Amino acid sequence: MANLQDIRRRVRSVRNMQQITKAMKLVAAAKLRRAQDRVIAARPYANTMKRVLARLAARAGDYKHPLLESRGDEHYVLALVTADKGLCGGFNTNLIKAAQRFIEENEGKRVELVTVGRKGRDFFRRRKVPIAGEYINVTAQAVTHDDAAEIARSLMDMYTAEDSTVDRVYVLYNEFKSVLSQKVTIKQLLPIGAEEFAEEETGEETARTAEKGEVLIDYLYEQPPAEIFGRLLPRYVETQVFYALLESVASEQGARMTAMDSASKNASEVIDKLTLNMNRVRQASITREIIEVVSGAQALER
Amino acid sequence: MPEKILLEIVTPERKILETEVDRVEVPGFSGELGILPGHTELISQLKPAGLLTYYLNEVKEEMAISDGFVEVKPDRIVVLADKAERPEDIDIARALELKETAERQLQKAMSDPDIDIARATTDLERASINIQLAEKARK
Repeated sequence: MANLQDIRRRVRSVRNMQQITKAMKLVAAAKLRRAQDRVIAARPYANTMKRVLARLAARAGDYKHPLLESRGDEHYVLALVTADKGLCGGFNTNLIKAAQRFIEENEGKRVELVTVGRKGRDFFRRRKVPIAGEYINVTAQAVTHDDAAEIARSLMDMYTAEDSTVDRVYVLYNEFKSVLSQKVTIKQLLPIGAEEFAEEETGEETARTAEKGEVLIDYLYEQPPAEIFGRLLPRYVETQVFYALLESVASEQGARMTAMDSASKNASEVIDKLTLNMNRVRQASITREIIEVVSGAQALER
Repeated sequence: MPEKILLEIVTPERKILETEVDRVEVPGFSGELGILPGHTELISQLKPAGLLTYYLNEVKEEMAISDGFVEVKPDRIVVLADKAERPEDIDIARALELKETAERQLQKAMSDPDIDIARATTDLERASINIQLAEKARK
């Protein structure tokens, strides 16, 4: 059996670890709240944007825009949004697995990666998967729209460049379901499906006409609808990337909080077990000492 | 009581403002747009750098906004801007710095074809507006 000193030392080290996991849990909880607030705060912009786009899409006619045109089915770009840090349970692993699956499923096609976050980059770099672009430290602090816009723009540039063979751009990230659960989500970013707006349009319009029974008046346009539509589209993509990043940050903090919570619980268990063990060892040694004393005294009496 | 119109200013990161106002002047891409309650539905691009003014009970409020769109409905104005700053939120030191950089860029632009003149001009304009606003707010 291990001696008392050793066990005591282990208890101390586990306790230290528990203090760290507890602190990390609290930090994650605070960051999570902030991240959630930001997701909510970003909603009005995204919604308004979608609504305006929906109405414009209907008026712009068969407007051609490079971001709308669907192309072949040969060359994909996958933007993978992982965290910069670990210690958040299955957060990164699940994403990386999903990315690997995506690559396997599309064997024979050309798949390039753009990684956001250190974890995804490190993993795929070690495995020599081609990485077309990488961004780190974007999600470490509060995500700004400028960061997201930069990523979105470079993705759009890759897509629209004259010699580009990219057919589709996907973004893979963790969607925030609740503090306890994240869902790995893959979304097609480019080309933008015109259906995305169409659905919204009919939904809103029928509801409105049914409600008021009035004819929908068209907008007055300061610029031609097609031009406004064309200018809005890249913005829409930026917003989508921004939103994905926000969701990812919220998910990361949620995952970290849960992971650190169970780590703290585990540490408590280990401490309990070790303490029990320690007491037993101490008892044993006390008993042994008493026996020694008693038998020594008895020996003298004789 | 005169009618009011709801003004919403939204940036990608958050909703900056939501308030009832009497009148709004929006820096539209093709010129200043004055909007009163009951305006017909309209949509326009915004200037890359501009000054939005709104009036409530004859009190004038200003806000620096840059690049985006405005959607007008009879009872509502929604401004979707990349950035929107109230005078009191403007970081004057940063604005001055930005102005200087932009000016330097424009001077160099003659010899250096890599410089994006349009962008530098916009930056300069934005910085000037910000500085102006911030100075007014201080007084």
